[in-house]
Amino acid sequence: MQPERQQMTSTNSATTEPLSTRAGTGTRATRVLGIATIVMMVWLVAFGLGFSPADRDQEEAVRIMYVHVPTVWLAYLAFVITALCSALYFFTKKHSLGFDRVAGASAEIGVTFMALTLVSGMLWGRITWGVFWQWDARLTTTALLFVSYIGYLSVRRLGGSHHQRAKRSAIIGMLAVIEIPLVHWSVRLWRGLHQEATMASTDLDPKIDGLMLFSLFVGIIAFTLLYVWLLLHRTRSLALEDLLDDQGLDRALDARRHEAATAGATP
Amino acid sequence: MTATTLTTTLAMENAGYIIGSYVVTLVVIGGFATRVLLKGRRLADQVDDADKYWT
Repeated sequence: MQPERQQMTSTNSATTEPLSTRAGTGTRATRVLGIATIVMMVWLVAFGLGFSPADRDQEEAVRIMYVHVPTVWLAYLAFVITALCSALYFFTKKHSLGFDRVAGASAEIGVTFMALTLVSGMLWGRITWGVFWQWDARLTTTALLFVSYIGYLSVRRLGGSHHQRAKRSAIIGMLAVIEIPLVHWSVRLWRGLHQEATMASTDLDPKIDGLMLFSLFVGIIAFTLLYVWLLLHRTRSLALEDLLDDQGLDRALDARRHEAATAGATP
Repeated sequence: MTATTLTTTLAMENAGYIIGSYVVTLVVIGGFATRVLLKGRRLADQVDDADKYWT
């Protein structure tokens, strides 16, 4: 296998043949993680739509909670990881781009799941409030959080060197996370339509049926596994993008040097 | 999920919104995961294995 791999490597820039002998950004660990995620997702659907009981007040509409709460949990987790990795990039002497890539990958995942939170929340709102959207404090601050991280992702695409990108986005990543406590406490600060937190209440005594609580935990575990799986793959993709960018720049510089040398040698 | 519980779920009030929230969530997750995988595969094909820190 080894000689064959070396031969493929040597034809690197001359042809469009694949250079890799392995597929994609996966490893055995990510495959195991992916299978575990799928199993947990099947459990979530079974418990969320089947085995968990209807609520006394919200009746069947409570079933949306088993996807709504895990999606917002994942989005918060992703944004906190973005902020942590932004700080690790910004404040450490090494300024490792690895931290910047994890921050960027995490923000992409967070934005996707924040969008899902808004959609599932709108469907839940349509049942309980009779409308898809209200300019309620929780909904408005959540929408602002979503827009802030779209801004973060836009700044990452502004161009410049990898370190310029990392510095600019690290500052936004550390600032935007401050909105999360505001979103969480908005229901207490400004009384609105949205209910207060069932799980993350300050008395640490969730007032919820046992099977409902179990279903919710299944959802949170499933989405946390999904987050780790997505983060590993997306971070590796970003590393490949950066590497190909650098290789493209090196090739362009070599071409210019060759042109200059040729022009200088011509009488 | 048994056939009885599935039938009960489908017959419940507001089933369209409830099932819709699951369908939207799962379809978006599936789409996003597929996009991440395919993009990774496409990029990985252009890079030698020695340059991939996970191999």
